[in-house]
Amino acid sequence: MGRALAVLIWLITLSAVVLFSGRYGWFPEQISEHGDAIDRQFVITLVVVGIAFILAQVTLGYYIWRFRDQGQGRVIYTHGSTRLEVAWTLLTGVVFVTLAIMGQSVWAQLHLQDPPSDAMEIEVTGQQFVWNIRYPGADGKFGRTHPKLISDQQNPVGLDRRDPASRDDVVSVNQMAIPVDRPIKVVLRSKDVTHGFWVPVLRVKQDAVPGLAIPIYFKALKTGKYEIACVELCGLAHYRMKGILTVMTDQELKAWLRDRAS
Amino acid sequence: MSKRIGHAQTGFLRKWIFSLDHKVIGLQYYFLAMLAVYLGMALSIIFRLRLAWPTEHWPLLAKIFPVGFEGGPMTPEFYLSLVTMHGTIMIFFVLTTAPQSGFGNYFLPIQIGAQDMAFPVLNMLSFWVTLLSMAVMVATLFVEGGAPISGWTAYTPLSALGQVAGPGQGLGQTLWVISITIFCVGSLLGALNFITTTLNMRAKGMSLMRMPLTVWTWFTTAVLTLLSFPVLLAGGILLLLDRLGGTSFFVPAGLVVSDRQIPHAGGSPILWQHLFWFFAHPEVYIAILPGMGVTSQLLSTFSRKPIFGYRAMVYAVLAIGMLGFFVWGHHMFVSGLSPVSAMVFSVLTLTIGVPSAIKTFNWLGTLWGGRIRFTTAMLFALGFVSLFVSGGLTGIFLGQTSVDVQLHDTLFPVGHFHMIMGVAAVFGIFGATLLLVP
Repeated sequence: MGRALAVLIWLITLSAVVLFSGRYGWFPEQISEHGDAIDRQFVITLVVVGIAFILAQVTLGYYIWRFRDQGQGRVIYTHGSTRLEVAWTLLTGVVFVTLAIMGQSVWAQLHLQDPPSDAMEIEVTGQQFVWNIRYPGADGKFGRTHPKLISDQQNPVGLDRRDPASRDDVVSVNQMAIPVDRPIKVVLRSKDVTHGFWVPVLRVKQDAVPGLAIPIYFKALKTGKYEIACVELCGLAHYRMKGILTVMTDQELKAWLRDRAS
Repeated sequence: MSKRIGHAQTGFLRKWIFSLDHKVIGLQYYFLAMLAVYLGMALSIIFRLRLAWPTEHWPLLAKIFPVGFEGGPMTPEFYLSLVTMHGTIMIFFVLTTAPQSGFGNYFLPIQIGAQDMAFPVLNMLSFWVTLLSMAVMVATLFVEGGAPISGWTAYTPLSALGQVAGPGQGLGQTLWVISITIFCVGSLLGALNFITTTLNMRAKGMSLMRMPLTVWTWFTTAVLTLLSFPVLLAGGILLLLDRLGGTSFFVPAGLVVSDRQIPHAGGSPILWQHLFWFFAHPEVYIAILPGMGVTSQLLSTFSRKPIFGYRAMVYAVLAIGMLGFFVWGHHMFVSGLSPVSAMVFSVLTLTIGVPSAIKTFNWLGTLWGGRIRFTTAMLFALGFVSLFVSGGLTGIFLGQTSVDVQLHDTLFPVGHFHMIMGVAAVFGIFGATLLLVP
């Protein structure tokens, strides 16, 4: 029984190692400037955790095999070893805290630095169950909005048309376009409940919280059409609250915005 | 019924239903948890039917839950209500009751040499309050609109806006919150009992550092309960006030839901998350610590040697309990939390890996040099160690802010907590059952 259990544990460990090193079911492609740093931190973590995993499970299996009751002999009677406790406490402490601090620099780059001043600003307002994307238009200024002016069909973000700055605002539903190779600032808002803005290929995720305007920054490095998923449970149609992000060239974006300006 | 000299014969009701005896109360909790686990499993099987065959019709289920199958296949809101109830029932009525209130009530007094718990009447009351909470929770499945769809985390404003936010968000959500607040009261009463009993009623000569590790885990779990559940209770009351009393603790101004202006102002959705997770993070340690105590006992018993590093094990349990209060923000890295506090929470989160690793090393040290007998209880203890390692290590990914960006709100955390709560903690319950029940 002991040997069978040990072999089972080793087999499970082996299959886990094979699956992870073979990158089965791995992340989608990565197209953003900071994405490599995030993926690298994941892989570093995987290696560290993987070593700990293999050591712990192999040791468990080995002890189960080696110290199974074989009908004779005495146990090695001990209450412990203070020296070992100190040693492995220090070791794990150093490893975990180092890993923790390493990961923070990536986060700090993402969140504690202002984007360059030529960042294109886009406002994304989540609602049950679509994404409203607003561009400031040629004047570069977002017009005033007011909740009382909101009408799902005609005025989903509640633009105040009396404000001259709002005249050239472009509002698009579920279709978001950004220029490639330019820093983007997305300001996330919500009309009703908390939604989650996630573009997997950009490695960007942030909740859109009602009452808050939360900025996130990124730069896309590759053109194409990608999925925007809602990643915070927002009601019965949360599963189909999806948008499409198209990364395009500057000229294509100008034409795209022109087409949508009302 | 046995007659003892000087003992009046107790009737059936007093002996088995409204008993003051800690062993009966422990069994009552245990059977409540067993009922809950079957219900929770049934719910998960039903929603898996939807995942496997999304367009299929289920006539038998449609008869029991007509609202959930209007038009044929399972509606998305019914799916969400099943997921909500599965999580709620498993976490509260299985993992918070069986390991602590079930086994703890039964065996804590025995293991410290006390006659009963410190407050037998309070003990009985806490069980009945918990049972009432479960009755209210199960009722939500059958009221108009059905059970809530906001998940076991009940994030606001979705859970605060009422019917307008979606199906199940009317009466179902209100009853859910009421059930949880009742559960908090029952748990708090139980925690008072555990702490007082452990501190005051140990047999002569049993110093704290001579107590079995199971007693240490029940005691620490009770302290966690005492300090975390009041926060959930407060949050639940505030949520009820938002829903029924016209207040706006969690709802900001200017909300428009399906073109309807919402008359709330001044609240913060993130406040709910802070209150909830300040409770819910210690809650997951409440769910796992007793299982760790049982595993220590099982590994020691069936390796025929004392636990390796008893003192370190005690410190590790206390460290896990204490650090568990400083890390709730790791559930909120992408919620709108300040990025600086996110970094602090992240570093603290990874430090909890240290006492957990220490416990794992000491379990391995207990096996080392032993003569291992593979009883069924021992197999569960060994499984606990293996799964705790696997599941715990996945937490290292989630605890780092940058890595969590990609993994948060995906099935990765679902895997993480099911390995620890759905397997390891449950193995703790199985192992304890097999060891302690003759």
